[in-house]
Amino acid sequence: MSDILRLSGVHAGYGQTVVLEDIDFTLPERSTLALLGRNGVGKTTLLATIIGLTTLHRGTVEFRGRPISTMAVYDRARLGIGYVPQTREIFPSLSVEENLTVAERPGNWNLERVYDLFPRLAERRSHMGNQISGGEQQMVAIGRALMGNPDLLLMDEPLEGLAPTIVDMLLLAMQRLIKETALTVVLVEQSAKLVLEVTQQAMVLNRGRIIYAGASAELLADPQRLTNLVLAQ
Amino acid sequence: MTGPAHTGSYLSDPRVRPMEWLPWVLALVCYFAAPTYLPLGSYILIMILFALSLDLILGYAGIITLGHAAYFGFGAYVAAILAVRVTADPLIGIAVAGISAGLLGWLTGLVILRMRGLTLLMLTLAITSICYEIANKATALTGGADGLGGFNMKPILGLFKFDLFNKTGYLYCLLFLFVAWWLVRRIIYSPFGASLTGIRENVARMHALGSPVYQRLVAVYTISAALAGVAGGLLTHTTEFVGLKVLSFDLSGDLLVMLILGGVGRIYGAFVGPVVYLLAQDSLAKQFPEYWYFGIGLMLVLVVMFARGGILGIVDRLLLRIRRGNT
Repeated sequence: MSDILRLSGVHAGYGQTVVLEDIDFTLPERSTLALLGRNGVGKTTLLATIIGLTTLHRGTVEFRGRPISTMAVYDRARLGIGYVPQTREIFPSLSVEENLTVAERPGNWNLERVYDLFPRLAERRSHMGNQISGGEQQMVAIGRALMGNPDLLLMDEPLEGLAPTIVDMLLLAMQRLIKETALTVVLVEQSAKLVLEVTQQAMVLNRGRIIYAGASAELLADPQRLTNLVLAQ
Repeated sequence: MTGPAHTGSYLSDPRVRPMEWLPWVLALVCYFAAPTYLPLGSYILIMILFALSLDLILGYAGIITLGHAAYFGFGAYVAAILAVRVTADPLIGIAVAGISAGLLGWLTGLVILRMRGLTLLMLTLAITSICYEIANKATALTGGADGLGGFNMKPILGLFKFDLFNKTGYLYCLLFLFVAWWLVRRIIYSPFGASLTGIRENVARMHALGSPVYQRLVAVYTISAALAGVAGGLLTHTTEFVGLKVLSFDLSGDLLVMLILGGVGRIYGAFVGPVVYLLAQDSLAKQFPEYWYFGIGLMLVLVVMFARGGILGIVDRLLLRIRRGNT
């Protein structure tokens, strides 16, 4: 299988500050990666670096063999990188349906399929972006990214702060996404166990460096090692 | 920046609500009821059209500008120069004024819309100043500080003559305002309109979604400039004169005040603001010829302090209170 994403020798951060150091990894097409680690180890920064929201100090980012390090954010998005930010960032004065269609691009994903994945959103289609619950906002954020028909979907803590029933629902939706589509998914999450179950690969960050890269199942089978890695000082 | 704006989402019912016919009914009532006020009425209609064009970029796309007079003035001068040198046919004049202002909007937009915030504000100011100086110095073409007059517009379609009481002029302005209103409404109730709201609320997010933000901004800026140019052309045609004032910073500032007074980002703020502002100016200037600006200033201070969202914002809150009181 060919690689959809390759980061080599990446040092990145915000302005002069360097958050990530020596990041090297490749992501095969149709793979799923869990990105783990404590707060502030650079998980969000890594996603932001892929979509182009940080300052890249050194190294290269390639998408399907094409260097995108100097590309503008929207060009990366149009190449096929979808980004679901941690803060969700729903447009408050657009309706749910407008939020979904505001930047749609033709492809496999359309309103019908998003509503099929998240039936709840179909019921709420004419509600304004600021009139829906956190879980629904998260669904809109994911649906909105899918409407751009990405090949690589970056999700930043999509389960954070949500009620357990909603978490289950979202996890089911994610499993469906991974199983039924050709999407490559990178999932950042605090609760390691939940995401290790739905992903194939896992990567643990600590202080801006990769300290583990391997199969998700391996970490899942060794809770002691997982705890040590994620809580590493 | 805007309050409960974008009440018209494009997926909501785009049909014209009964209330939306009110301004047009009122405009026609004024035509019959106040024939001596038609010159002021025409000017108000022109400023409404101008404010509407500003609302499109400021209220919806969030482009802050202090230089919208550049396109208004450019349209006004193009219409005058055309009438003096080529043809005094009004419809051709409006078309050319609108297209050339749109072209200027497109060219300047390509450059300045790469910036945001304060830098953008300064650049819009600079463009107006440049246009002003060109009109001031190119006396052979523009008449410089004396302005350009001495032309007579031909009858519209060869049928309707411009008269001294501005009866024709009033309806002529009303017609163009109606067309512009219809166009702006169509834009706002479209996916394109929704993407403008997205840009205003969260540019970074629109970038990350792969939306062509810059192209969208240039497109809406061009449309807005063309509408401003049409408004400028209408002023030239109804007054058969154009002076440097149409390119002044004062005009851009007054326009902004009118729009804020009425309510930003809701189409009808652009209708209410100029009416209130210009009627207040008219009556204050009659009673206190030296201090009328004080009245305008006081009104603006009160609106900004106590009624963000402008006059229509106050109306919204009153309606809400009445509805709550009933239930």
